[in-house]
Amino acid sequence: MTLSPQLEAKFNKLLESYPPGRQRSAMIPMLLYGQDEIGSVTDDLIEEVAGRIGVTALQVNEVLSYYSMLHRKPMGKYHIQVCTNISCLLHDGDKLYEHACKKLGIGHKEATADGQFSLEEVECMGACSWAPAIQVNYDFHHFVTPEQLDRLLDGLKKNAV
Amino acid sequence: MLYNEPSPLETRVLSRRFGKPNSASIDTYLADDGYKAFLKASKMKPEEIIEEVKASNLRGRGGAGFPTGMKWSFVPRNSPKPKYIVVNADESEPGTCKDRLLMEYDPHQLIEGILIAGLSVDAHAGYIYVRGEYRYLIEILDKALAEAYQKGWLGKNIQGTGFDFELYTHTGAGAYECGEESALLESLEGKRGVPRIRPPFPAVVGAFQCPTILNNVETYCAVPAIIRDGGKAFADLGVPKAGGTKLTCLTGHINKPGVYELPLGFPVLKLIEEVGGGIRNGKKLKAFIPGGSSCPILTAAECEGATMDYDSMASRKSMLGSGGVVVMDEDTCMVKAALRIMRFYAHESCGWCIPCREGTAWLRKLLTRFHQGMGTRTDIDLIGDVSRNMLGRTFCPLGDAAALPTISIVEKFRQEFEDHLDGKPCPFEHARHMVTV
Ligand SMILES: Cc1cc2nc3c(=O)[nH]c(=O)nc-3n(C[C@H](O)[C@H](O)[C@H](O)COP(=O)(O)O)c2cc1C
Ligand code: SF4
Ligand code: FES
Repeated sequence: MTLSPQLEAKFNKLLESYPPGRQRSAMIPMLLYGQDEIGSVTDDLIEEVAGRIGVTALQVNEVLSYYSMLHRKPMGKYHIQVCTNISCLLHDGDKLYEHACKKLGIGHKEATADGQFSLEEVECMGACSWAPAIQVNYDFHHFVTPEQLDRLLDGLKKNAV
Repeated sequence: MLYNEPSPLETRVLSRRFGKPNSASIDTYLADDGYKAFLKASKMKPEEIIEEVKASNLRGRGGAGFPTGMKWSFVPRNSPKPKYIVVNADESEPGTCKDRLLMEYDPHQLIEGILIAGLSVDAHAGYIYVRGEYRYLIEILDKALAEAYQKGWLGKNIQGTGFDFELYTHTGAGAYECGEESALLESLEGKRGVPRIRPPFPAVVGAFQCPTILNNVETYCAVPAIIRDGGKAFADLGVPKAGGTKLTCLTGHINKPGVYELPLGFPVLKLIEEVGGGIRNGKKLKAFIPGGSSCPILTAAECEGATMDYDSMASRKSMLGSGGVVVMDEDTCMVKAALRIMRFYAHESCGWCIPCREGTAWLRKLLTRFHQGMGTRTDIDLIGDVSRNMLGRTFCPLGDAAALPTISIVEKFRQEFEDHLDGKPCPFEHARHMVTV
């Protein structure tokens, strides 16, 4: 498969980052960076990574199913992750998550029909003092109220058109 | 911009550059004593570095609190194998959000700590294992690494000292268990995050089967100050058996949530009232988690006289943990809190050993039933029994981390479980509903 020049450079750098014979170490970073560009962990990506680090596709499959950030199905262009773990829960993170479900009309790990949004209820993401927190792709948003979430989603929708 | 206003009660050693303009740049760091500790350490014998760290009474800041100098002394420095420095930047213990700030505001302090650890055991390569969600921090760290290479603070013959060191960032991809040291090392080798049997400990057989120092971000960040100002000065900031300061994440029902650097031994009630500005909406304190959801919970009464250090928390059968303080007010439903905490462990259990995999799943079901008002009186004891049966019988500490807080909640807040019996609705109206389970 052809990779973008940036991803190609990243993969090459990763392969040089581990001791000789330990290129398998690059697997998880490669899958995640690859997913960021392609939208999900596709069969092609698995083959590509497996080939570069010298393992079988089956071995890659076995590892990737362990990691919650690696998705075999495409997520939305904007992946909305709402934390409902304890510190966020105490700030109504669960209600915020439910609000997001209603607003987007989708549930946990689902995507909207137009592929713009997907939603995930996530565990603590290291923003507990600024709860409730969400992540849109890799961007953190802190102290999020339902109204702010509405504004944020409406803004992203406009972007999409 | 800082995430929260600093408190005048802080002792800012590790966080002293937080909020300064361009605090993450190498120039800011160099202008403020940066890398001086490394130069000093490069003239010391490795044993002297370790002695200084021992004298500081620094204990691991990742949760277990193991004495850092002692850990470093276990590494066979003269082994013919390469040695590695691994940084645990997986930060996923619920309630904890402090390593993030250390990397965001002051990545060079971390790099300097890693270099000094490298000198102490003759290691020449290191990996910073960053949780996948912290992508922006990998970008900040990679930029800092590039600056350090460019200015000769990483790479070959650093500043003419003859010491070589290569440092890399490595991303995780979502798994709490990968914060456990041996699971982290498996993950670093491109495998599922299933823990390893110990002994051998990572000091002897760690990354790539070689001797390894593995510490939390905050632990390494304390090292430059220890070498610069001496171990004793650091030790004197804390209490007799635990030196220095701790970054404390105040979360939950508190007026001024935030991350504050406080000396070890800081009184819990002063933390809540003065640093945190008291409980939100003038409510009363009900429960307190000292350092992440794996710690047994304290009641308001148990907080009287308690201080934020290892011994004070141990004497209350809890732990100082990771620094993730969770404050719960009088309107918190403890059944719901217990359920949410258990859902986390059930989700994160790696499934390798049966007591943890089955125990957490079973407890999640029992607590769910309870929360829905369908629990029975015998279930209350059953929750405690299942939890106690997990203790000490799991392959890694995640099992205990799930069981201990649950036992403490059922024992200390039994009445709340009774109040949910016989189809009675949860007494706290706002807490009745829980979305997905
Ligand atoms: C389930 C589990 C999760 C853990 N997560 C983390 C973590 O996210 N960050 C961390 O530094 N330590 C974590 N630890 C503790 C590590 O196993 C290890 O003790 C620590 O990184 C050692 O560094 P320290 O001595 O500097 O604390 C975790 C432990 C367990 C059992
Ligand atoms: S205690 Fe849990 S997380 Fe640890 S090895 Fe067993 S199943 Fe895995
Ligand atoms: S509990 Fe939500 S970010 Fe930590």
